Amino acid sequence: MAEQLLEIKDLHAGVEDKEILKGLSLSVGKGEVHVILGPNGSGKSTLMNIIMGHPKYTVTSGSMEFEGEDMKEMKTFERSRKGLFLSFQTPEEIPGITVENMLRTAKQVITGEKVKLLPFRKELKATMQELKMNPEYAQRYLNVGFSGGEKKRTEILQLLMLNPKLALLDETDSGLDVDAVQIVSEGVAKFHNEENSCLIITHNTRILEHLKVDKVHVLMNGQIVEEGGPELIEDINRRGFTHILAEQEG
Amino acid sequence: MAEKKKTYVEDIERTLYDIKNADHSVYKSHSGLTPEIVRDISQRKHDPEWMTQFRLKSLEVYDSLALPTWGPSLEELNMDDIVTYVQPDAKMTGKWEEVPEDIKDTFDRLGIPEAEKTSLGGVGAQYDSEVVYHSIQEDMVKQGVIYTDMETALREHGDIVQEYFMKLVPPKDHKFAALHGAVWSGGSFVYVPEGVHVEMPLQSYFRLNAAGAGQFEHTLIIVEKNASLHFIEGCSAPKYNVTNLHAGCVELFVKEGARLRYSTIENWSRNMMNLNTKRALVEKDGLIEWVSGSFGSHISCLYPCSVLHGENARCEFTGVTFASKGQNLDTGASVIHAAPHTSANINTRTISKAGGKATYRSAVKVTKNAPYAKCSVNCESLMLDNLSRSDTLPVMDIEGDEADIGHEAKIGRISDEAIFYLTSRGIDEEEARAMIVRGFVEPIAKELPLEYALEMNNLVNIELEGTMG
Repeated sequence: MAEQLLEIKDLHAGVEDKEILKGLSLSVGKGEVHVILGPNGSGKSTLMNIIMGHPKYTVTSGSMEFEGEDMKEMKTFERSRKGLFLSFQTPEEIPGITVENMLRTAKQVITGEKVKLLPFRKELKATMQELKMNPEYAQRYLNVGFSGGEKKRTEILQLLMLNPKLALLDETDSGLDVDAVQIVSEGVAKFHNEENSCLIITHNTRILEHLKVDKVHVLMNGQIVEEGGPELIEDINRRGFTHILAEQEG
Repeated sequence: MAEKKKTYVEDIERTLYDIKNADHSVYKSHSGLTPEIVRDISQRKHDPEWMTQFRLKSLEVYDSLALPTWGPSLEELNMDDIVTYVQPDAKMTGKWEEVPEDIKDTFDRLGIPEAEKTSLGGVGAQYDSEVVYHSIQEDMVKQGVIYTDMETALREHGDIVQEYFMKLVPPKDHKFAALHGAVWSGGSFVYVPEGVHVEMPLQSYFRLNAAGAGQFEHTLIIVEKNASLHFIEGCSAPKYNVTNLHAGCVELFVKEGARLRYSTIENWSRNMMNLNTKRALVEKDGLIEWVSGSFGSHISCLYPCSVLHGENARCEFTGVTFASKGQNLDTGASVIHAAPHTSANINTRTISKAGGKATYRSAVKVTKNAPYAKCSVNCESLMLDNLSRSDTLPVMDIEGDEADIGHEAKIGRISDEAIFYLTSRGIDEEEARAMIVRGFVEPIAKELPLEYALEMNNLVNIELEGTMG
């Protein structure tokens, strides 16, 4: 088994008095690709936000480690600097900050090194071209006036530029047309290697086309209720989620 | 979970502005306002007779008008305590060496002589009630450009002054316009002849040093047909415990096909009542561009007005206001569309913090004579904490046909989701906040003269306070 990157054990967490994750366990090894499936409202996005340390959520018990280090007290920016990245389902629009400026600032704080403008700009332009993005978007304000597809591509652009250890992809393929899913899928495949891992929430198998999925987890009602290999995806696509609960109860 | 830390945006670094000089004025009027005081000021300034009469008439108007009640309360202002005329111990000169040491030091600290060497075409510097320094590049003089203090203009170009002076802002306009008419002193006069483009900006800097005094400078700018000019106005004062009053008046005449950019950075101390009146008259195909930064003062009422008088006349207004503790800044713009196909674009950002109050107030009027007028207003406010207030009060009065009027107003706080987004990219919370605030004012900051844009960036320096959020 690969070296552990993310290890979550019996995690209970929620917002205010409402518990959303009810004893969730999950581990992702170095270089692995994991997929989380689950019906709407099962806690998938909440899990992503909690891994990233969204201050809105409180962890009540259980453990969460990244590269063997307890994450619970780590702030969001510290988690990012350790190598976590979240591709948002609905990326925020932030006026007045250009894509280039945000990314350069981020790269600087994550690497701890000064990022020179010209080489950075060159790399950014090349990466944008790979994602079939108009390079002019680098000078536009972050996500402001971007279409849904442009926002998602910008997330993948950030993923490639910041090169984290673990990418959390929250429905990065939703709302995209076939061609855009293809581009995003290729982008994720480019990111993934022996060192870099992915944890992917999706309703669409097309994003996985260029990836070799190691493990699939089914999240229902705040817990992982079933795990398996890539064959589980097809099974769920065919039979839906309800039979899993029925099997468990039976 | 760790305590949420509260962050706040630092105040403007004021040390630079707060250095007070000893009061070496050679003459101060008695505080308060009587015909005797006005006559005395007029005599000391060697006014021509028409101006003396103008002042006395204005005083009558002043006495007949009530304080405006629609804006911030002006109750704290007691005119009996305000010294309306303070003559510094300096004669107007064109050489910095001749400016008295302490006054020169003040302007040195503000970077005026340095900017003059590098990026300005001319400089005027007023200290209390009188202009102490004025200069303009030789080649502009050759092209017929006049840039001087109002007193010199009154002596040397009396006919032009008499033709325009307080014609656009008559003393009857409101109580403080009347006050200005009675006791005005200092200010700048600019005349750009037809077809002349003044390449480098001219800058006037107004400094009020004396405690409990008023500053009433008058700025009169005439840009003739197809000429262009960028004029920069800066204002500051050290802080005192008594109320100071600024009731300046700016009259801008933009003739056919002419362009004028008027940039102001106002950084008065927090004991200042800033009741300033600015107005531009724009003729056919002319353009007035206002860039207005309001950072200082205790109370401000400032709504530059553009009268679009000729066909296709245009106005671009860009403003930023930053109200912190103890400040009530009521700012905005006003546009009168008085001819066909006139257009205006108003774009403002206001920030309030630490209990400050920032109000955006605007009036757009489209007269019957202005069909096809086009006006777009975009005002956004950001409150940095729960103590602060922001209001937006736009008024529109549309009589002209086929008007195209758009208005967009947003009042908000920094969103937690935006902070989360940026922190998920490794940026710490304070920097994320600062980036968002800088981003908020960015569309305005890029319009400011460079040194002021830097100053505004400093203003958004963030400090972390270890208290509960």
